[in-house]
Amino acid sequence: MKYLYIFTVLMLIISFVKDKKKTVQGIKLGLKKFNKILPSYLVMLIVISLILLISQKFIVQYLGQKNIVLGTLTGVLIGSVTMMPGFIAYPLAGILMKEGVPFIILGGFVASLMLVGVVTYPVEKEYFGKRVTIMRNVLGFIISLGIAVGIGIFYGEVF
Amino acid sequence: MGFLKNKRRRNYFFFFIFLGFVAVSFLLKFDTGIAIGKNFSIFARDMALILPPAFILIGLFEVWISREQVEKSFGHKSGIMKYLYAFALATTTVGGTFVAFPLANSLYHKGAGYEAVFTYVTAASLFMIPMSIMEASILGLKFTLLRLGLSVPFIIIGANLLKGYLVKRNYSLPVVE
Repeated sequence: MKYLYIFTVLMLIISFVKDKKKTVQGIKLGLKKFNKILPSYLVMLIVISLILLISQKFIVQYLGQKNIVLGTLTGVLIGSVTMMPGFIAYPLAGILMKEGVPFIILGGFVASLMLVGVVTYPVEKEYFGKRVTIMRNVLGFIISLGIAVGIGIFYGEVF
Repeated sequence: MGFLKNKRRRNYFFFFIFLGFVAVSFLLKFDTGIAIGKNFSIFARDMALILPPAFILIGLFEVWISREQVEKSFGHKSGIMKYLYAFALATTTVGGTFVAFPLANSLYHKGAGYEAVFTYVTAASLFMIPMSIMEASILGLKFTLLRLGLSVPFIIIGANLLKGYLVKRNYSLPVVE
């Protein structure tokens, strides 16, 4: 985070030295884009804060199982519809790991948590359009399953 | 309620109702409402800190980087190098997909190919460095390396599948002013 600010200030200085007018134009353009998308981000934040409320309970309840096929599918599904910060998701996954939940299930959950964003839909659709957003997320779901199965194979949980 | 027909206004309207609900929850000590408010603040804080500088950088990108430069690195002539550039940009993107979506849109309109754009966005969500470090410390380095390594072929194949479909349909991403 600190580096983002250092980098931004550095870029602004370089840009300003090279061309004052272009810099002002760039800042204006960036802020205009930000202003335009802000309401979509706000709606997304509301959805996230509601979903986060129920998802932790859900994860402990439904991922804590040892049936690999069902568990992996559930893991990918829950990861897809929820969105949570790493400092909540990973300690949860760590607890499940210690309870003996297979890595294939944890892998599916973690991968889809990052890859599939049902809740980021309001923002993504503005930049990619509805159809591409849906296709990209369906693809993300399949990729998450693929990554999970790969992890399962390497940990010797599949064969 | 005619003013709610405008999408922007409607979204702001929802947001202020939401804020009001959280404020009332804190006043009345309504536990569920307080929990929702706390969840909100977790992400809101990050966004408030990351998005303004990120969008300023996107603005600078728009005025300084020419179409030719983007085409050369991320366009059709770039060959296999465009994937390397896409992964390099993805690992250095702070804020994951929240920042990757607008930047991907800008890249596309400057001449980046679909395969590079989608490789970038997908990689940006999977290759976040702080998240990966936390993951490795809790689930083990082996797990994280497997997750990252396995995702590379999937990301590239997936991006090309999407590209094939979109090119055939002559699709173009929306223009965001």
